[in-house]
Amino acid sequence: MKLATLLVLLLAVQTLGATTIRVVKGGTVAQAFARAQAGDTVHIAAGVYQETDLVIGVRCTVLGASGAVIDAHKRGSSVISVHADDVLIRGLTIRNVAVAYTEDNAAIKVYDRRRITIERCTVENGYFGIYLSKSEDCTIAYNVLRSSGKEESSTGNGIHLWTSRNILVEGNDVRGWRDGIYFEFVHHGTVLSNHSESNNRYGLHFMFSDSCSYKHNAFVNNGSGVAVMFTHEVYMEDNLFQDNWGDAAYGILLKEITRGHMVNCRFVRNSIAIHAEGATSILIEGCEFRYNGYAMRMMGNCIGNTIRNCVFDGNTFDVTTNSTTSLNTFHRNFWSAYEGYDLNKDGIGDVPHHPVRLYSMLVEQIPSSVMLMHSLFISILDVAEQVMPSVTPETFVDVSPRMRPPRSRP
Amino acid sequence: MIDITSLSKSFKHSHVLRDVNVHVPDHSVTAVIGPNGSGKTTFMKCILGLVRPDSGTISINGISAIGSAQGRRELGYMSQIAQYPDNLTPLDLFAMIERVRSTTSTRKTALIERFDLGPHLKKPMRALSGGTRQKVGAIIALMFEPRVLLLDEPTAGLDPISTGVLKDLIMDTRANGATVLITSHVLSEIQELADRAIFLHEGTKVFDGTVATLLAQTGDATLERSIATMMLDAQQKQRAS
Amino acid sequence: MIGKLLGFALKDIARSKWVLLYVFFFILLTEGLLRFTAGEAKTVVGLMNIVLLLIPLGASMFGTLHLHNSREFIELILTQPVRRSSVFAALWLGVVIPFLAAFTLGVGIPMAAHGLIADPTIVALMVSGNVLTIVFFALSFLVGIVIADKAMSMGVAFVMWLFFAVLYDGLILWVSVQYADYPLEEATIAMVVLNPVDLARIVVTLTSDHAALMGYTGAVFNQFFGTMRGILISAGSLVLWTAVPLWFAKRAFDKRDW
Repeated sequence: MKLATLLVLLLAVQTLGATTIRVVKGGTVAQAFARAQAGDTVHIAAGVYQETDLVIGVRCTVLGASGAVIDAHKRGSSVISVHADDVLIRGLTIRNVAVAYTEDNAAIKVYDRRRITIERCTVENGYFGIYLSKSEDCTIAYNVLRSSGKEESSTGNGIHLWTSRNILVEGNDVRGWRDGIYFEFVHHGTVLSNHSESNNRYGLHFMFSDSCSYKHNAFVNNGSGVAVMFTHEVYMEDNLFQDNWGDAAYGILLKEITRGHMVNCRFVRNSIAIHAEGATSILIEGCEFRYNGYAMRMMGNCIGNTIRNCVFDGNTFDVTTNSTTSLNTFHRNFWSAYEGYDLNKDGIGDVPHHPVRLYSMLVEQIPSSVMLMHSLFISILDVAEQVMPSVTPETFVDVSPRMRPPRSRP
Repeated sequence: MIDITSLSKSFKHSHVLRDVNVHVPDHSVTAVIGPNGSGKTTFMKCILGLVRPDSGTISINGISAIGSAQGRRELGYMSQIAQYPDNLTPLDLFAMIERVRSTTSTRKTALIERFDLGPHLKKPMRALSGGTRQKVGAIIALMFEPRVLLLDEPTAGLDPISTGVLKDLIMDTRANGATVLITSHVLSEIQELADRAIFLHEGTKVFDGTVATLLAQTGDATLERSIATMMLDAQQKQRAS
Repeated sequence: MIGKLLGFALKDIARSKWVLLYVFFFILLTEGLLRFTAGEAKTVVGLMNIVLLLIPLGASMFGTLHLHNSREFIELILTQPVRRSSVFAALWLGVVIPFLAAFTLGVGIPMAAHGLIADPTIVALMVSGNVLTIVFFALSFLVGIVIADKAMSMGVAFVMWLFFAVLYDGLILWVSVQYADYPLEEATIAMVVLNPVDLARIVVTLTSDHAALMGYTGAVFNQFFGTMRGILISAGSLVLWTAVPLWFAKRAFDKRDW
């Protein structure tokens, strides 16, 4: 690139007190941001701008035209830092964020701000993608976030929120990060219709983030699935957890979660669809568990949870536990493994279903016996146990198992 | 010729053959006779190598027959009940034996014709009658002009014409100087064919010599009478001991 | 000589229709599983269960039965100038080769048609099926030769299958429960390696998606099978399970009276 041929072309148009600043090919975004006054709009035309460490210091709107790219060449720190409230950034593409192990460099970083909107932006090859800290009333919507970090340590998170309130995260497509969407100390967040796939660790990861809701999201083929911890009042509806398969992969890991509500979620082909530790007072209803290794692994410290109207179909293990007693309730679920009958034709099986197989108990207690998986001897043992239960917990029971799956949602 | 010394064989706890010493010369048909269970078949199978004797030696034309396949090169055998692999045809069987011996039989076609086996050559063995299978067995035994021919109840199940053919072939074989060993329940047949006899009783050789000697020894006119006398003698001796 | 005899043994078995039945069974089974089960993992597991069950059972029963049914063939050949060891080798190869081919084609054709022939789990499954065919025909020949009574030897062959395919796992489980307080990974590896059926099951499972469900123990096993030492020990076990029964069977065949 020959710097000698650069032309500075900044056109300022005064209209009704607010100015529109245009950055075109050959100009710099940095100068535009520096010139911007409160209420201004910065238009960035198509072209690649080799810049980094840009700062938005005043309330303004930044609009990227189709093909407007800021390429940081892995230099500097965060590419755009927002130091003002009421900023809208739309349509920009940011690529090659510098990797730093001591600093959380992001494509767009927001620190201690209000009412920031970042939408329809694209991040390619970021370290972190969009990073919000101590901020409120923000929207992150319809962004496409891509990273190609091969290792967990050399990648940050796609959407990273720390100590924030009332944030809407909607319609983003997040792939290839450490965690796709990461919340820590976030309250009243709403996560809608996002697609988080092929992230090295978790598709969604949150901790200490009470009163958030997650709807219509898909978490697919992430290294370890989804992990949510130490949180109250979680609402999850119509999320898809699919193909999260591996030694330590979960459809969703629920750790110390209380008063949650999970509705109409689908778990397909995960090695462990739900792993629950210290989960209490959670209502899981209308969910589907299909072709998972373990559909539901509930440790003994899970208390007062209710699982109803769910579908358990084709899982290697439906429910396993390390405890002989259960203080959880299963009712009106459909179990493909159920072999009872329905004489009065009310759609509910006349004999209770015990979803915990003898073999799954064995595996919990004697891990090495997992090597007998698919052994004929084990199948015979399981059948014998079904006929005459002696070891499996009597209290892990669905007294009203459905003969058919509940009618699918509209 | 076949030389057998100190041949003994027992199955589980019963002694089937005890210290049998026999010399079977060339140019002769020797009948192995004795009541049921006297060890005739075991005796024949020992020579064939199908049964492994506990002790003793067997040589066929000077080649040891125990643990060696070479002795069987000059040997033809026809078994008591002709059983063959179900799915192979007579042609397959002949071809197999030719390949196993790495030679072709110059006599095969003539034998097939004499036994009138032509129409059955391409049928699987399982589809053939007992008599027809017996013919196949006879051809297998004779197709390489054996120097030693072992026949265990060869005419059982054969029709009279084929029986006649077989007898003629046996006599031809002897005429060519071969050693022929035969067991049969049809004593007239033995009288007709055999010039020597070995009499086995409870696994022990009771008599070994020419048929003429046998007749002279018992003083009977026919072989049938003579054998009956010999059996009774053997039983009495056994009771006495 | 073995080659000549083998030709006829193969011809005999080729006409028996059993082998053809076996090919069609595996084609239908594999195709059926591919079509009617949800997901490749399920297909593999279903196929594996049947392969691990049926191949040892089939080889045990058919091998023993075949020896008894081949009595005429054996007696005929043994009256010819042929060494017994050649007859034995031809007999064994004459049944093992068709069954190896039948299994490989029966599973391989549908898998190839669905483009799955290079899938590591399918490869592991097909190799395992072949190895089990070899091992169980060696064992069943020993049973068939040592026990002259047909019904008795079929019974023993069945019990032998029952032991390897079912009871042995009960033994592993019993040991695991008895010594639950100790780390059992290495003992389990030792026990698994000693049973060809278990060895096949674990190797196939570990190459499949289900390895992820096996946690720490699975990792220990994976590590074992990933080392040259582990591969050699496993292969050694399988070779022994073939060679030792075959050697005893050949010895018994040499000494046997027909």
